Amino acid sequence: MLVPASLDELLASVAADTRADLIAGGTDLMVEVNFGRRSPESVISVALVPELKSWYRSGDEVILNAALTYSEMMRPPLCELLPALAQAARTVGSPQIRNAGTIGGNLATASPAGDTLPVLAALEATVVLESAEGGRAVPVGEFIVSVKRTSLAPGEIIRSVRVPARRAAQEFLKVGTRNAMVIAVCSVALVADAERREVHLGLGSVGPVPLRAPRAEELATSLFDWDEGVPRASEKELARLAELASEAARPIDDHRSTARYRRHAVGVCARRAFERARLPDATGRRSVTP
Amino acid sequence: MTLAPGTTSTRSAPAGTAAPSAPSTLDRPGMTGAIGSSRRRPDGVPKVRGEFAFSSDLFAEGALWGQVLRSPHPAARILGIDSTRARDLAGVHTVLLAADVPGSPTYGLDRKDQPVFASDVVRYTGEPVAAVAADHPEIARRAAALVEVRYAPLEPLVDPAKALEPATPPVHPDGNVFRHISLVHGDVGTEAPVAVEGSYEVGMQDQAFMGPESGLAIPDGAGGVDLYVSTQWLHVDQEQVAACLGLEPTEVRLHLSGVGGAFGAREDVSLQVHICLLALATGRPVKIVYSREESFFGHVHRHPARMWYRHSADRDGRLVKVEARILLDGGAYASSSTAVLSNAACFAAGPYKVPNAHVEADVVRTNNPPCGAMRGFGAVQVCHAYEAQMDRLAAELGMDPVDLRLRNALASGDELITGQVIKGTAPVAEVIRACAAAPMPMPDRQGALGEDGGRNGVGIGEESEEMALPGGAGRSADARRVRRGVGLAVGFKNLMYSEGFDDSAAAACRLERGVVTITSAAAEVGQGLVTLLQQIATEVLGIEKVVVAPADTGIGSAGSTSASRQSWMTGGAVEIACRRVRNRVLEIVAARHGLVAGLLELSGGKVVAFDGSLAEDLETALGDEVVEETVTYCHAKTMPLDGNGQGDAHVSFAFAAHRAVVDVDLDLGLVKVVEIATAQDVGRVLNPLQVVGQLEGGIAQGLGLAVMEEIVLEDGLVKNPSFTDYLIPTALDMPVVRISSLIEEPEPGAPFGAKGVGEPPTISSTAAIAAAVRAATGLPLTRVPIRPEHIALGGD
Ligand SMILES: Cc1cc2nc3c(=O)[nH]c(=O)nc-3n(C[C@H](O)[C@H](O)[C@H](O)COP(=O)(O)OP(=O)(O)OC[C@H]3O[C@@H](n4cnc5c(N)ncnc54)[C@H](O)[C@@H]3O)c2cc1C
Repeated sequence: MLVPASLDELLASVAADTRADLIAGGTDLMVEVNFGRRSPESVISVALVPELKSWYRSGDEVILNAALTYSEMMRPPLCELLPALAQAARTVGSPQIRNAGTIGGNLATASPAGDTLPVLAALEATVVLESAEGGRAVPVGEFIVSVKRTSLAPGEIIRSVRVPARRAAQEFLKVGTRNAMVIAVCSVALVADAERREVHLGLGSVGPVPLRAPRAEELATSLFDWDEGVPRASEKELARLAELASEAARPIDDHRSTARYRRHAVGVCARRAFERARLPDATGRRSVTP
Repeated sequence: MTLAPGTTSTRSAPAGTAAPSAPSTLDRPGMTGAIGSSRRRPDGVPKVRGEFAFSSDLFAEGALWGQVLRSPHPAARILGIDSTRARDLAGVHTVLLAADVPGSPTYGLDRKDQPVFASDVVRYTGEPVAAVAADHPEIARRAAALVEVRYAPLEPLVDPAKALEPATPPVHPDGNVFRHISLVHGDVGTEAPVAVEGSYEVGMQDQAFMGPESGLAIPDGAGGVDLYVSTQWLHVDQEQVAACLGLEPTEVRLHLSGVGGAFGAREDVSLQVHICLLALATGRPVKIVYSREESFFGHVHRHPARMWYRHSADRDGRLVKVEARILLDGGAYASSSTAVLSNAACFAAGPYKVPNAHVEADVVRTNNPPCGAMRGFGAVQVCHAYEAQMDRLAAELGMDPVDLRLRNALASGDELITGQVIKGTAPVAEVIRACAAAPMPMPDRQGALGEDGGRNGVGIGEESEEMALPGGAGRSADARRVRRGVGLAVGFKNLMYSEGFDDSAAAACRLERGVVTITSAAAEVGQGLVTLLQQIATEVLGIEKVVVAPADTGIGSAGSTSASRQSWMTGGAVEIACRRVRNRVLEIVAARHGLVAGLLELSGGKVVAFDGSLAEDLETALGDEVVEETVTYCHAKTMPLDGNGQGDAHVSFAFAAHRAVVDVDLDLGLVKVVEIATAQDVGRVLNPLQVVGQLEGGIAQGLGLAVMEEIVLEDGLVKNPSFTDYLIPTALDMPVVRISSLIEEPEPGAPFGAKGVGEPPTISSTAAIAAAVRAATGLPLTRVPIRPEHIALGGD
């Protein structure tokens, strides 16, 4: 087990041993080890690399470093800049898991149920990868290739995630069969971007990778009152929105739920996310009533 | 004791409900203040601080680690096993197969039908095939994986209904039906003007105790072995282990180690035989600790049930007849299936006066995981069905469901459908009335939130309002689509073992230099027996210094820590042993002082004379003299059910009622249990805090079965053997528990009149929650656990 103290040292160690497993919070990796699904010969920790910690603003972007934990996502001012990410973080595991688990780990694991992933999809985030040879930036939709598969190359690490910090309404809803500590049966992230005047929807746990819902997004965009910053839709239009979101899902039957329920629930959540969406005013406050 | 109405006992009461009362307010002094007070349990603080030594913490110098290899198939023929590669791995000390079992190749609680290791066929996923001992747990795991077993998979029998068909080939030479009970009571030809019919299902629940199976076996160098293990019943383990090892029971000494919960899952042998075989084969101490995943395969589960019912009543709601067909899936081996079925049949009609009954009940063998004891033991499954039926009947009659229950409530002196007359207490109407009278939780959440159904501007944190809605942290609920429902259910079961299985409990009380030592083989599994035994000794002897010695097989059997029986049985033995010690002490002291023993009393650690003429410290009074008494306690005799399912099969009964208040998101089908109110027949409260603990814990398990806990099977494979996917309630799922009343009608024959309190909380809590969800949704919801899709997609 190596514990590099700088990014350069980390990249050099990774280049020297491309078969080593990286470990951040260990909340996915150690589960794999305990279940005997992985038995790493060598492990390199990213947890003490200062360049991978915390987050910062850069222009109209927020840079989330790979070792940013869920607990950190839930704290102000980050939770005010990216409320959907904070809401998603709040649904992850228990306090212990939220103190240890990281956004980089969630991305690298690329589980269909990874809770930050639909948020990052709706935000159209960019994943910044780095190796001893240099770096590259990949849209999150290209980074996650399929179930638990990413485009991370040997010798590469996730350095950070870039997300827009524009004026936007954000919502995250997750369905699980208990009130906490639960893997998503489905989830929905909504971002209504006031500058681009676009609504984006990220759907989680209803496909091999986090999905977008283009037709539902189009409808939602047209139904949002961008001047007042609130949704304006009839019951019928809301029902249609739910239907379009459901249609975008590609769910499966498994022991956690059925495809039928997931398809239904993701529509309900998309509709509810939209109904709740409120643009903040210039000071960042959200209007409460339409 | 009747607590003030509205006494809530649990955590985080939402705004508007009564604040949790401090446990001390539940205290009520008894004779000496020992019985009836919330004495602290000695293991409480160490457990909270992580300092309690569980069996998984055991250590022995030079111990090896054991690992069991299990079948990946629900049904397969074993064509051959080659353990060469496993043996050759460095650090491996032995690999054992069926041929290495020197004694009985099989074991079992009731029938010895379960192989120590499978040799010709495997009958369920997870059945042990081989065991390895190695220097390190990881080496042991790798070695187990290197044992090459060639299987020819067979078509598994996974449908219990198919197991009943005569044409279905037997899964085991003993056949596919463990037991059939045909219970006929009264005139089953009687008809009544009103009848309701329904079919119900219960899924397979796991006991999900916190401490996975673990133990340490130490060979004694003379061919015998000492086994330190978590179990519910040392002697029944001893008997089975010794038989399999080919040793005398005296050569296999069992010692109870720190038990991390049991709930029935530790009644059967799990690792006991394997670990002793490994220790004897290597001559070294061997330790085994199951992982959580292995634990799911290593113990029995609650029987899944399919039930059909018809209730017939006259127009004013008096039950005339109950007909039921009950089918339990026993899985691959017998375990305690026959006794579970007996309970299901005996209690099939609920705590009601039912003059005519016809119950056909079967428990069958399949290639599903073996099922056996779990808290509630057969009474839980039928309660789900008969209470749903009572609600249906109430609806059909246009009657209030509480009134219907009261009209039919059993009372002392009434006859059960087994023909047994209840001689003890049966305050059924009392528990129903008290439970129904509990104040409703406030506020009603509906409409409590913003117009948009969301919570804009609400911060991210535990305290936010949304945590109280269905879905909790997921923020998925829309308050406008949340409906509240209320349901009430009543249940009961037997205390102690039944049907002629009249086991006894031995205990010793020793008084030496002012200190009392209580010895028994009774298993403290977390329920608080040690505290109770101390309280009983203090109550009888007036001595505060009471030590409960570690439980082992050095004394006679205490019987099992199950069937809500230990407070009564070992409690009874301890009470009598202490009384005998007391009498002897008084005689000794009386003789020394030329007094009459009848005029002396033990109080505050002293021998005192009635008239104040003597007040002597026990240490002074007795000096070196040791007074010891050993007692074997027996309960009233019971008898097996006859061919019509009739007979005085049970010793005593305990009753409880639960009222559930739930909020349901109609579109997503998510359920938040807001509050459970309960009233329970306890005979007498021995330790109020421990009673509350049993009520809360039992309700948590009942809630789990109602809305989330199920072992999901697909073709005999377990799909969710982990706490990631086998969901048990978290603190955020646990509702406020409002103990409306603990009904104290002392049970004749029971020590201090106390009834066991462990099981009733799980019996009707599930049924009450299911009823509340039905009330909120208007859906039939005949299966538990109720899953979100059953609600959101309309019905079952
Ligand atoms: C009890 C429990 C509950 C959980 N609940 C949830 C939940 O509700 N929602 C959810 O989404 N997840 C949940 N998880 C999963 C897990 O916590 C998250 O996926 C978490 O984000 C993983 O982060 P980590 O830092 O712990 O990753 P690690 O376990 O340290 O690593 C996971 C993977 O990411 C790789 N990795 C880590 N950092 C980098 C990097 N910088 N560059 C490249 N690769 C990297 C590792 O090599 C490994 O393959 C839960 C886990 C547990 C144990």
